[in-house]
Amino acid sequence: MSAGQSNSTRRPDGAALVIAVILAAISIIIFWQTSQMRVPPIQQRVGPTVFPYIVASGLGLLALGTLVSALRNGFPARSKDDYAPIAWIVGGLVAQILLLSTAGFSVATGVLFALTAKGFGRGPLWQTIPIGIVFSFIVWFIFARGLQLSLPQGPVERFIVTGSF
Amino acid sequence: MNTFELLGQGLIAALQVQNLLYALIGVTLGTAVGVLPGIGPALTVALLLPVTYNLDPAGSLIMFAGIYYGGMYGGSTTSILLNTPGESASIVTALEGNKMARQGRGGPALATAAIGSFIAGLIATLGLAFVAPFVVKFALSFGPADYFALMVLAFITVSAAFGDSPLRGLTALFIGLGLGIIGIDQQTGQTRLAFGILDLLDGIEVTTLAVALFAIGETLKTAADREQVEASVMAVKGSVWMTLDDWKRSWGSWLRGTFIGFPIGAMPAGGADIASFLSYSAEKSFAKKPEEFGHGAIEGVAGPEAANNASAAGTLVPLLTLGLPTTATAAIMLAGFQQFGLQPGPLLFANNSSLVWALIASLLVANFMLLVLNLPLIGLWVKLLTIPKPWLYAGILTFATLGTLGANGAMSMGFGSMRISFELVLLLVFGVLGYLLRRFGYPIAPVVVGLILGPMAEQQLRRALSISQGDPAVLFHSPISLVLYAVAIIAVVLPIIMRMRGKGAVLGQLASDED
Repeated sequence: MSAGQSNSTRRPDGAALVIAVILAAISIIIFWQTSQMRVPPIQQRVGPTVFPYIVASGLGLLALGTLVSALRNGFPARSKDDYAPIAWIVGGLVAQILLLSTAGFSVATGVLFALTAKGFGRGPLWQTIPIGIVFSFIVWFIFARGLQLSLPQGPVERFIVTGSF
Repeated sequence: MNTFELLGQGLIAALQVQNLLYALIGVTLGTAVGVLPGIGPALTVALLLPVTYNLDPAGSLIMFAGIYYGGMYGGSTTSILLNTPGESASIVTALEGNKMARQGRGGPALATAAIGSFIAGLIATLGLAFVAPFVVKFALSFGPADYFALMVLAFITVSAAFGDSPLRGLTALFIGLGLGIIGIDQQTGQTRLAFGILDLLDGIEVTTLAVALFAIGETLKTAADREQVEASVMAVKGSVWMTLDDWKRSWGSWLRGTFIGFPIGAMPAGGADIASFLSYSAEKSFAKKPEEFGHGAIEGVAGPEAANNASAAGTLVPLLTLGLPTTATAAIMLAGFQQFGLQPGPLLFANNSSLVWALIASLLVANFMLLVLNLPLIGLWVKLLTIPKPWLYAGILTFATLGTLGANGAMSMGFGSMRISFELVLLLVFGVLGYLLRRFGYPIAPVVVGLILGPMAEQQLRRALSISQGDPAVLFHSPISLVLYAVAIIAVVLPIIMRMRGKGAVLGQLASDED
């Protein structure tokens, strides 16, 4: 079959082409990084570079395979995904990461909780954030106090547990 | 000592109050996560690893195994009542089970699933007890080249043999292998692919990857997919009890399912989803009334449910005797063993014999607990299905980040005075990766198995090569390794033949998502 002919109405799968490029890029990065390693001569044949080269070669071949599959429309049909919920949830995770060290586990995770619920269409945030903070505090109390898990504290945890900020 | 004595001693240990308690927690949690769509046993064990860090190793491992077994029981409930499998091994159950529920026969469907799971779990756990010592004896003669061949076989069966595309399966596997390279090389102390980031020197944590791919990836996919309709829960109407006719039609299916599932789990031939699919086809060809299939045939529930439990027990054979995980849950359990400084493999049976046998014996105990949890208390589990999605997934993400912070919560990165947790950043990155893998039809399990098994395979490969002073021919010298490579080739070719015989569509549904 010749890939360039236009009597087929289906065009190459663009997203799959991007995947092929990414796989090729990872392969090249592993090759490049591994070639930069200084390996004593005695380890040249059986040293720490052997396996990375194998993996990089495999990824290179898979990139080619993905390319062929993309040109032949070999990927399964995709659902029409809505990106707004993803933005809410990823936003929640980013907010948690940024808030954690200053606001503590309950507040940061409460925000994550509320933004995730928002991603699934449940709001409004002024209601769900307090719910999330209360829920996260209960979870924090069980795991940090009861099971001695080390979880970041903030003003809220300190105030409720010790009575002072 | 023979197997009976060892198992007897294991039972005495398993019946201690503390271990009974761990088993009970495990099976209860396992059933709950099996019932809930979106979370499975692999994720649950990964989340619990940091919590169990300070607990008793035997108890924790008993709990993990209970979660694994419980997940297999719980998944059937969701399949039958919701038509959305709670975990991937129950996809086939949904075919007939949901039809039965629609005809008002949900009760008998749940009953045959639970009793079938019980019988299969019982037989397969005994199978595990009796097969394991033989495999251990055999495995002691394995050299590095044989181990490497075994791991290649596991890689192939996990990634390429089943699922709808060997290309995407292998790609997922190699992503895992690539992640496994990151960090300090265990043998020479050289840094690889760390890009100057200190947090990467220890490598990627299996638990972080698993939690991200399963919890965050699944949450993003579910939230984004507009076509995921809110399925309605079927009420359990009519009698829960099976009629005499149901019993007559079920028992053969249970036994067939067991004898299909156990070897598939034990042989590293793939996960429970494959076993349940094969059992379904077997039941279809054995059935006296094949025309009922597709309209609620009880055999189509009994067989696959027995098969997926039997294969869960079977999976423990290579995990315990060879240190070889063949499913995502087994991979996380291996990480659990390693957390306690234990390395599954033939030596585990010699050095930690009492722990291993207590674990195997408590699986028998767990099985009885599960029968009680799943038959009389079924109404309780059905209630879990009514948790609204926004709260369910918000809760899942809360626990996902909690587990990750608990395992490695150092605020090691930051700009200026703001400190952030590198592990949570990784969780986010891999979570997005998990979403993309799902979106483009890549299986998840090979990534996790690749990450944990890759460094082990590398170690064996380098051992073999240094014995032969770099000559790769050593890999093909022993008859054991040749047989293993041959099986690996069959594992790739056989599904292609099945696909050509027109079974590709069903095979495609078996892309191992989770267990």
